[in-house]
Amino acid sequence: MKYESQRVAMPYFIFALILFAGQIVFGLILGLQYVVGDFLFPEIPFNVARMVHTNLLIVWLLFGFMGATYYLVPEEAQTELYSPLLARILFWVFAVAGTLTILGYLFVDYATLADITMNKLWPTMGREFLEQPTITKMGLALVFIGFLFNILMTALKGRKTVVNIILITGLIGLTVLWMFSFYNPENLTTDKYYWWFVIHLWVEGVWELIMGAILAFVLIKITGVDREVIEKWLYVIIAMALITGIIGTGHHFFWIGPSEYWLWLGSVFGALEPIPFFMMVLFAFTMINRRKRNHPNKAATLWAMGTAVMAFLGAGVWGFLHTLAPINYYTHGSQITAAHGHMAFYGAYVMIVLTIISYAMPIMRGRPYGNSNEAQVVEMWGFWLMTISMVFITLFLTGAGILQIWLQRMPESGEALSFMVTQDKIAVFYWARLIAGCFFSGGLVVYFCSFFIKGQASFDDEVRGPARQDA
Amino acid sequence: MAERFTKSMARNIYLGGSTFFILLFLILTFDTQSRALPERDNRDQLTEQVVNGKHVWENNNCVGCHSLMGEGAYFAPELANVFDRRGAGNSDVFKAYMNAWMNAMPTNAPGRRQMPQFNLTDQEIEDLASFLEWTSKIDDNGWPPNIEG
Repeated sequence: MKYESQRVAMPYFIFALILFAGQIVFGLILGLQYVVGDFLFPEIPFNVARMVHTNLLIVWLLFGFMGATYYLVPEEAQTELYSPLLARILFWVFAVAGTLTILGYLFVDYATLADITMNKLWPTMGREFLEQPTITKMGLALVFIGFLFNILMTALKGRKTVVNIILITGLIGLTVLWMFSFYNPENLTTDKYYWWFVIHLWVEGVWELIMGAILAFVLIKITGVDREVIEKWLYVIIAMALITGIIGTGHHFFWIGPSEYWLWLGSVFGALEPIPFFMMVLFAFTMINRRKRNHPNKAATLWAMGTAVMAFLGAGVWGFLHTLAPINYYTHGSQITAAHGHMAFYGAYVMIVLTIISYAMPIMRGRPYGNSNEAQVVEMWGFWLMTISMVFITLFLTGAGILQIWLQRMPESGEALSFMVTQDKIAVFYWARLIAGCFFSGGLVVYFCSFFIKGQASFDDEVRGPARQDA
Repeated sequence: MAERFTKSMARNIYLGGSTFFILLFLILTFDTQSRALPERDNRDQLTEQVVNGKHVWENNNCVGCHSLMGEGAYFAPELANVFDRRGAGNSDVFKAYMNAWMNAMPTNAPGRRQMPQFNLTDQEIEDLASFLEWTSKIDDNGWPPNIEG
């Protein structure tokens, strides 16, 4: 660690991981409710558990992105953070607001929550992923703005690298697009149209800039490849992300009211959206093959390769499977969507946050060359258990989706099975998914255990090429 | 990548490409919002009751279990066409159905998925029914494929 103020990333990472654990607990509850319908009813109905599961995901990924930013921006800019105090204050504001919101979901009836937070004055609640009370949304906006201010002041006074510029561009985009969460027109079609400005343009737009920048930073550090080469790759990857992803929003406009030309635009550009993810795979593997050094933190290297591959599979391949309008006509809103969502979020965003944590956390804990070999082996067990489990969760949900489409969507009216009858017919896939989810949780426990193993890697563990002081 | 392909060329593709597609997206958004949607979303029937129904829909987090036009959760049936499925396209039939259904929840059938009792007033249920009826009439390119949603 070059700059003392990078250490403010630590609480962000720790809190992110705690929320990750919470997300998985609720994932298991949901998985069980899919097969034992009245599990925890009426204490925690499905809609509450789902809201907690998805909101925890969003919040912990944001904590992860912020931690990553506080860690890497000062190092790239070669200067201390503008205000570590502001970073600490915003951590607590965000942590308290996030926790209160989740507790509100769990312990207050949603309609009552809407009532006491005065949703009536400015109704923004009750939309998928944007369930937060309006006051929480405002708090989030303030946290984003304070965070951006701190980061911009840091970046502007120091060295301006491509990694920093692209990361900050992504964060500005994230903040600007968040403002659409406050726009909830009375017309459902318009509401849905602009809802996608937050949802799609985050995950298939500006978040890819953030992911690309974090991946580039870690690759520079662990491979020692010349910055010029890495930055050139980064530019091309994010160029492709935006060139395909912006008009690719159209693949969400097929069946919610907008014009028919979106059927073509969404299909064509949606089909191109795997390109930036495929390039990330080439990027990670090429850089690692051309490495100038063998960084002793092998776990971080594994995460960096893993996130590229899993993002390509989950966001790229599973996205492509149902992005063409004639196919999406049958798959839209089925378990295929759920399958894609799980692997895409895990591969692209969970794993990129775990990549930077794997790289930065040992350094912040005074282990500049990484954790001990023993700890890294345990961490890699966590990697494989979680990743393979997620592959199975995705495959089982895909199986459920195909059968659901076959029984419920393909036949004519009158011959098609109803939604609930279909759900019974595909229950075996849900049971299998639940078992895979249990393995995922086991993987998470193993991953957490790796943090408690003492010792560190040493300079001598670097087999080839010199390790530099900044490790 | 080849030496001839420089970093500044890569940067220009990024800046030029993203600027072009952001502008194109804004133009298409303007066209969709101003020209296409008024023809397709049957906004002339967007009454105050429909708006109230949308708020009932939102305040009770219905989208946490159901999908609406394919978006939402996949735990309970699609509701963009429930007006056709359960009301046979008749407002009065549908309103009566909705009232009976909402008041009968939860079924408490062991092991089955349960819909909570939301304690809605008769007026709120009627508003919700109007919202779902209005939604069923949006031109959504003929989705879903059949009545089961």
